Amino acid sequence: MIEVTKSVIDTAALQRSLKNPAAGGYCAFEGWVRNENEGHVVERLEYEAYEPLVIVEGEKVLAEARELFPFLEARCVHRVGLLELGECAVWIGVASAHRDEAFKACRYIIDKIKVRLPIWKKEHYANGDSGWVNCERCAAHGIAD
Amino acid sequence: MKTITVRYFAMFREHAGVAEETLSLNAATAKDVFEFTRDRHGSTEPNGHCKVAINDHMADWDTAVSDGDTVLLFPPVAGG
Repeated sequence: MIEVTKSVIDTAALQRSLKNPAAGGYCAFEGWVRNENEGHVVERLEYEAYEPLVIVEGEKVLAEARELFPFLEARCVHRVGLLELGECAVWIGVASAHRDEAFKACRYIIDKIKVRLPIWKKEHYANGDSGWVNCERCAAHGIAD
Repeated sequence: MKTITVRYFAMFREHAGVAEETLSLNAATAKDVFEFTRDRHGSTEPNGHCKVAINDHMADWDTAVSDGDTVLLFPPVAGG
């Protein structure tokens, strides 16, 4: 299951929701708001998502992960709106019979989420500027069609 | 001429100054729509790292567009 939320991500509650008597392992990834990116001092991040397709594409990613690394339970939550330093922007949790599937599925899911889901991140810098991550760089470097 | 509704997200919305607009244009594919809007709004963004959806389904740049379609233009994504 994948969700988009404007609220603080309650990681403890999410972990509890994955409880399964057949699970021998659980692995989670949390993406946090960092104070620096490529030499810029970052004060906060702003996330935007197109939720209908985040859900559709996100469910595809989870299904692919389950096919590759059979697990018992998996959930993903992505935050949108303005986030302060240290806040959790994305949470992924996977419960499986054995640890290997949990580690690998968790890694697969976050890697695909970053490149496939319609989610955008705007950095707000200490100097008052702001910039969309990946966008400005693409334009500046003239990446070919 | 086709009537196409275009929705812009993130940086594209800021460049366009609107979240959505309905346009009349000669466009065969999603890429034609992208290029028309890029010229219209004076943007230089290439489509290479961008994504497109048509009527809420992810599409390719060479996907055909039809009269009445809604084309969603996604700048480079950056989730996580």
